[in-house]
Amino acid sequence: MAVINITVNGIKISKEIADNTILSDFLRDDLALTGTHIGCDTSQCGACVVHLNGNSIKSCTALVADCDRSEITTIEGLATNGKLHPMQEAFKKNHGLQCGFCTPGMVMSAVDLLKKNKNPSEQEIRDWLEGNICRCTGYQGIVAAVKDAASKM
Amino acid sequence: MANLVGAKIERKEDKKFLTGKGRYTADINLPKQTYAYFVRSPHARAKITKLDHSKAMKAPGVIDVFTGDCVAKDKIGGLICGWKIVSQDGKDMKCPPHPVLAKDSVNFVGDHVAVVVAETLEQAKNAAELVNVSYKVQRAVTRTDEATKFENIHEGIDNNLSFDFLLGDKGKTDEAFSKADKIVKLDVVNNRLIPNAMEPRAAIGDYNTSSDELTLYTASQNPHLDRLIMSAFNAVHPEHKFRIVSPDVGGGFGSKINVYAEDVVVAYASKKIGRPVKWVAERSESFMSDNHGRDHVTHAELAVNNEGKITGIKVDTIANLGAYSLVLAAVTPTYLYAPLLLGIYDIPTACCTVKGVYTNTAPTDAYRGAGRPEATYVIERIVTEAAKEIGMDQAEFRKKNFIQKFPHQQCLVHNIDSGDYNAHLDKAIELADYKNFENRRSQSAKKGKLRGIGFSTYFEACGVAPSAVVMSIGSGVGLWESAEVRFNATGNVSVFTGAHSHGQSHDTTFAQIVGDKLGVAIENIDIVHGDTDKGPFGMGTYGSRSLAVGGTAIVNACDKIIAKGKKVAAKMLEGKPEDIDFKAGEFILKNSNKKKTIGEIAFACYLPGTFGDVNSPLPEGVEPGLIETSFFDPSNFSFPSGSHICEVEVDEETGETKLVKYTVVDDFGTVINPLIVEGQVYGGVAQGVGQALYENAHYDESGQLTSASYMDYTMPRADNFPQMTLDYTCTPATSNPLGAKGCGEAGTIAAPAAVMNAVIDAVGTDVQMPATAEKVWKALKKNGSKKAAA
Repeated sequence: MAVINITVNGIKISKEIADNTILSDFLRDDLALTGTHIGCDTSQCGACVVHLNGNSIKSCTALVADCDRSEITTIEGLATNGKLHPMQEAFKKNHGLQCGFCTPGMVMSAVDLLKKNKNPSEQEIRDWLEGNICRCTGYQGIVAAVKDAASKM
Repeated sequence: MANLVGAKIERKEDKKFLTGKGRYTADINLPKQTYAYFVRSPHARAKITKLDHSKAMKAPGVIDVFTGDCVAKDKIGGLICGWKIVSQDGKDMKCPPHPVLAKDSVNFVGDHVAVVVAETLEQAKNAAELVNVSYKVQRAVTRTDEATKFENIHEGIDNNLSFDFLLGDKGKTDEAFSKADKIVKLDVVNNRLIPNAMEPRAAIGDYNTSSDELTLYTASQNPHLDRLIMSAFNAVHPEHKFRIVSPDVGGGFGSKINVYAEDVVVAYASKKIGRPVKWVAERSESFMSDNHGRDHVTHAELAVNNEGKITGIKVDTIANLGAYSLVLAAVTPTYLYAPLLLGIYDIPTACCTVKGVYTNTAPTDAYRGAGRPEATYVIERIVTEAAKEIGMDQAEFRKKNFIQKFPHQQCLVHNIDSGDYNAHLDKAIELADYKNFENRRSQSAKKGKLRGIGFSTYFEACGVAPSAVVMSIGSGVGLWESAEVRFNATGNVSVFTGAHSHGQSHDTTFAQIVGDKLGVAIENIDIVHGDTDKGPFGMGTYGSRSLAVGGTAIVNACDKIIAKGKKVAAKMLEGKPEDIDFKAGEFILKNSNKKKTIGEIAFACYLPGTFGDVNSPLPEGVEPGLIETSFFDPSNFSFPSGSHICEVEVDEETGETKLVKYTVVDDFGTVINPLIVEGQVYGGVAQGVGQALYENAHYDESGQLTSASYMDYTMPRADNFPQMTLDYTCTPATSNPLGAKGCGEAGTIAAPAAVMNAVIDAVGTDVQMPATAEKVWKALKKNGSKKAAA
């Protein structure tokens, strides 16, 4: 057990946790931030993607202990004062989601892409999202959403 | 108010999902909750010689351990086959017992043996390691084509044959073949797939020891049906004291139709220990124990005359049911498959046999399309081969054989009410720029790529289904749908549907329908589903039925609301009900300027004492309130159709196939929301492409599932697709007032054939699905390619 200090969606948290606590479990079980989803056991599906100090990571393979003194943003922290982030707006406008399960990870990945590449080509979008699996959309609405968001951000 | 039906309206349900506020079963946590972990068979086939859970019982945090003996002692029923079919000798199909926890034997890797319930998940998992099961391992049968030659895996089921089904006229078909100018023959494999909804299955049993009420939260496509089965067959709890909630469900694709062992066991365990019991599948458990799909081995023959007309078709299929027969396991490869083998062609005679076989693999059942993708693959592959063999253009050959007049009674089962197959093929040919394909082929060749083009002109039978028809061929239930429309006193509307949305966007589509019908803004309409305590019994969502059947029930309930409203309006406006028109939310007395809004009428219905100063606005005999229910039973299936044209480029050196162009023109009848329908088609096509190029559930000879993770089972990813081109034609369905045909499965039904026809066109020789780089490379080598790397 160790005390970790971590900022999640702008809120400072100091908490004693077991050393083997996984970030996705911590977010879901300890903080009730259930928007971060767990879709596989092998760090393949990307439903659990959050931002660690502004970079997208798969939270199912991160130890909370390694995130000490870090800033985490989850899907719940993306909208500000009830206003959707442009990426969230773009997913809505372009029907980039159906069942919604992969969506939080997909949106968090896409937001990070545009931080790193403001105007990605379609192929760059598709390559970047290769680590996020969606079973519903065939990725068409998702890619359209990312392009749309890029044009507005 | 502008027309809502037909408009591209953004989804009402999106905001919660986009902000992380979706509420899936795994997100629910209840006070005093415990955790279940299942002990599963590591063997494909074995006898259980001893099961000792005494050590596990003593492990930290363990509350109880349940085994096959426990559920047998408490008379918990086994899992059922919900639609039984009859073999050609008139005998009923054979179904082995399927206990929710194995008693004497296990029959696939992942079969449920015991469950440990503990205070934490970690404790349950640790204790599960201490459950000591001794197995006498037996030889397993996994191969579909060899199952009947293997020793019986279930007592009393000879040759592992569940049924030997026949549809069609053998004599007449043999005669057609004897007179044929040409007989085209084809062997195809419909590879086994794993549905892989992104939300793993989950269930929480919550028994209330005070009220004797049992609630089961479960990721299901059809909660009412689950409750019926679990009450009537599994004897878990009486139906009137049993509530099933399927909240947000993260995709289904058929894999969440079944009542699973885990559902029954957590509900049972909660009753036994008097506390909530939660189970969430790990992905590896989903791979092992969700129902799988497809897995056919087929030989097909097509009789053709010299003019290029198809004169008959013969198909013999072996369908792998897996270890047991699940709810729709038998109907999927029979009645949902065989009638569709005719495609959209005017074929005078047909004969199809299907042998349903048991093997030591995960049970198969409906997976998006359920029987129809398998059939479409057979007919669209063989039609393409036939065109090639007789030297006709593949589009021309198809057109020559298309059904031209409607309604059309096919020689097997279906009476197709409407369609215009030339229209969607012509449009697709235009959009796909078919006439310049050979130029593109040459361009690709210059880059060292083999380019191929493939067609798939499909139809499907959905909007399932007329109850009398399906029950006459073995269905255990009718397939009507329910709706209840509650017009509230304050002017907003709650709509309860028996359909269930797990990505289909009912919250929006159904609200558009109600908005137009009743003249209410869609933000004032709430679509409620997924809870047996809310709204009437409903059949759920599968078989592209929600709009054609469930949507129609909503329309009919709205019509009843309007009819009642007219009576009330007549009294309030001092006219006769037949003189009241209803338009855009207003009841108007003919030839006058007197009118009442539907909101005013609703208010009057709920507060009849507030009207004027003398009388109630309710005519004599009209009850207060404005709530109407409708149960709609369709008169026929609906028959969407369409044309898909696919182009691929194959790297001759490596065998890698790249999808480079994909064009779809569908006829779904009336489209309510094109944005949502496009999404359904895109997603459907992606799953079909997955079957054709990537996905394969593989068992080794000992029955181990070697594709049980996303490291081993290739899911289609974002970089596997080009931007697709989509368009529509429209011939409305005549079997429902909406004119809707259904769109949920079409993409998955049509795509495998389009893709494989393109791959085979590129490679120049036969390849079976999935056309992985290795398989294509081998085919190229075999075909004499000099460029294929050594």
